[in-house]
Amino acid sequence: MAVVVHLPGVLAPHAGGRSRVTLEAVPDVGAALAALFALHAGLRDRIQNERGELRPHVNVFVGSENVRDLNGLATRLPDGAELFILPAVSGG
Amino acid sequence: MPKPRILSVKDGDVLLLVGTMKGAFLLRGRGRASSWEMGGPYFPGAAVYAMAYDDRAGRRRLWAATASMHWGSVLRTSDDFGRTWTDPKEANVRFPEDTGLTLSQIWQICPGRASEPDVLYCGVAPAALFESRDAGGSWRLVRGLFDHPHRPRWSPGGGGLCLHTILLHPTDRGRLLVAISTGGVYLTVDGGRTFRVSNRGIRADFLPDKHPEFGQCVHKVVRHPARPEQLFLQNHWGLYRSRDGGESWQDVANGVPSDFGFAMAAHPHDPDTVYIVPLESDGFRCVPEGKLRVYRTRDAGRSWRPLARGLPQENAYETVLRDALATDSRDPAGVYFGTRSGRVYGSRDEGASWKSIVDGLPPVVCVKAAVLAGKVGSRRAARRG
Repeated sequence: MAVVVHLPGVLAPHAGGRSRVTLEAVPDVGAALAALFALHAGLRDRIQNERGELRPHVNVFVGSENVRDLNGLATRLPDGAELFILPAVSGG
Repeated sequence: MPKPRILSVKDGDVLLLVGTMKGAFLLRGRGRASSWEMGGPYFPGAAVYAMAYDDRAGRRRLWAATASMHWGSVLRTSDDFGRTWTDPKEANVRFPEDTGLTLSQIWQICPGRASEPDVLYCGVAPAALFESRDAGGSWRLVRGLFDHPHRPRWSPGGGGLCLHTILLHPTDRGRLLVAISTGGVYLTVDGGRTFRVSNRGIRADFLPDKHPEFGQCVHKVVRHPARPEQLFLQNHWGLYRSRDGGESWQDVANGVPSDFGFAMAAHPHDPDTVYIVPLESDGFRCVPEGKLRVYRTRDAGRSWRPLARGLPQENAYETVLRDALATDSRDPAGVYFGTRSGRVYGSRDEGASWKSIVDGLPPVVCVKAAVLAGKVGSRRAARRG
């Protein structure tokens, strides 16, 4: 049950230069992120705050659906799901 | 992203550390700081509200607090004047889990006393003080302030609920002062184990009780190390002096066009000389009459005089924020400030005349000045100190 995580270019240096990471046996988004952080610890504090919440201007999509519109970190991941971690359109 | 321009520096240079809403810059003033060279942008896109230069124990270390709207806030250092910067794997300043809080921004970086070269402090939002005793390798929340019973009742100002000022007593390691918007001034005399509020005399025009115990919106506090009991304070309405180490405050808004403002800087050699940039009203927050003027007192607040030569005196609706005014250690002292419109001005003669150093930067939120290697200046400091 493989899931592919796509990272934005700005985070690739914190994932050994990779912009795609394949994870095995991750039933939901929270488990996928935990597995991702176990592989690449530098990603954790950039994607989550101290309370383990997604940073407010970071979006995680399963396919084309934002997990905030689904079930958050408990959103289930079907086999072959693609996870996209993207910065929100914020700034000025 | 733009590739930063790298600076080469020499002993005797003035180095300005300029933090903006979209990255940091370094300005190198050669010789007598008559010409300037710029390095950066470093961390393009990240807000840099706090910078510091640490030359204790033989270091030549730049500190920058970067806040990405997306990826959070961290402290970074450079030991080669911006050629390379650290990029910590984990957020190095973080609230412990039991607090339930999350860091929103780092507002101040304060190297400790020369006698304790591995000590640093930083002030953050939500308002809290952090301390490092291993030269920034690790940071811990100062519980003495965090546990103060007032903390749950502090409320955010326009910039958020921030601890933006950290003043160390120059000789007494137990004494430290912090200022919070909005909360006011808090002091410790036991090295941070306990803090007590110290706002006596400071008003809060925006509250029903104009002189509450706490809740004042203090914007900046400065002191000269040669006279540590004398402090100056720029308030959200109000300009104050303390002559008892912050225990009580007296109004010294004598001859200023407005007692509202953010920025305040101490003269490096004269304890009675202080610089401010008054702003018109808390609704407008621009310099009065469209005239960009720094004001200076040379008599500990009994009088203030405008310093305008070389600054625009027409249609200059500028704002200078709380950490965007600085002095260097030369004699005569250099004075520098940056504006929200992205201009940086400098004076080589203690404010008597000014020149534009650079314009077109993103909004400037922080200016710090250092004289590299300290080979110049300080004659008067030695005489007075």
